[in-house]
Amino acid sequence: MEILLIVLFILMIAGAIYALEAKDLLSAVVSYGIVGFGLVICFLLLQAPDLAIVQIVVETITLIIMIAVVLNTTREEIKDKVPQSMIVYAVLGLIFMFGFIYFFILSLNGLSEFGKHATRMATEYIQGGVKGSGSINLVTGVVLDYRGYDTLGEITILFTAVIGVLTVLRSRGRKKE
Amino acid sequence: MIVFILCVLLFLVGLYGVLIKRNLIKIIIGLAIMEYSVNLFLILVGYRDKGTSPIVTKGLENALFVDPLPQAMVLTAIVIGVATTALLLGIAVMIYKKYGTFNIRKINELKG
Repeated sequence: MEILLIVLFILMIAGAIYALEAKDLLSAVVSYGIVGFGLVICFLLLQAPDLAIVQIVVETITLIIMIAVVLNTTREEIKDKVPQSMIVYAVLGLIFMFGFIYFFILSLNGLSEFGKHATRMATEYIQGGVKGSGSINLVTGVVLDYRGYDTLGEITILFTAVIGVLTVLRSRGRKKE
Repeated sequence: MIVFILCVLLFLVGLYGVLIKRNLIKIIIGLAIMEYSVNLFLILVGYRDKGTSPIVTKGLENALFVDPLPQAMVLTAIVIGVATTALLLGIAVMIYKKYGTFNIRKINELKG
């Protein structure tokens, strides 16, 4: 189980690195799909079927949008030489990365081992979830009942983003009189 | 513990793309990879050995379930993530129409 996850993770990291280093933007987008569909299998292995269904739909939509964008604009990666000032950005980025790793190692002590997680908040949801929310799927119970306002906020963000995309991509503006 | 470290490594790959790359599409891909790795990390933390998916059916009332709370929260995060990625791609298309390039340094130079 854990070994299978590790193999999948290595595949996903390889796909991510190739996506960022590819010379052709279309192959970059396609190998970005490796990460997303690998995530689907990870969710299935980690006993989260709802997430796997949502992720496979979302990943397909994202890939279609990205391929449409790349085909309608350009497929070529930037070819000009790396300018001198990029070194400053690279050093700053490395410092930021090492700070991130430092804080991750600090917080690793507070985490329980993989698979030894103790449900503290969710114990009540698991024990009384079916009676309390009426849904045999506890994830649905949490999303739509215990944390319904959170879902309301999510839908607000979703529709705001859709309106944003429609506004940005609208081809015809108001006609000038 | 090694799965946590590999997940953080995936996050760092995305961070590298956001910080170092100069192509707008690659920066958006890096952001999406970072988002995926964070989602995956939350689900990894909520996993329990030999746990089943949190769906209560007959005969499984007292089974060991994985934590449903991070799954519900990540479900929200995935949907928000695709919306923001679509918005970013829309803005990238408009930038390409205006400047004719994805190179963020060129876009900086052409300001005004």
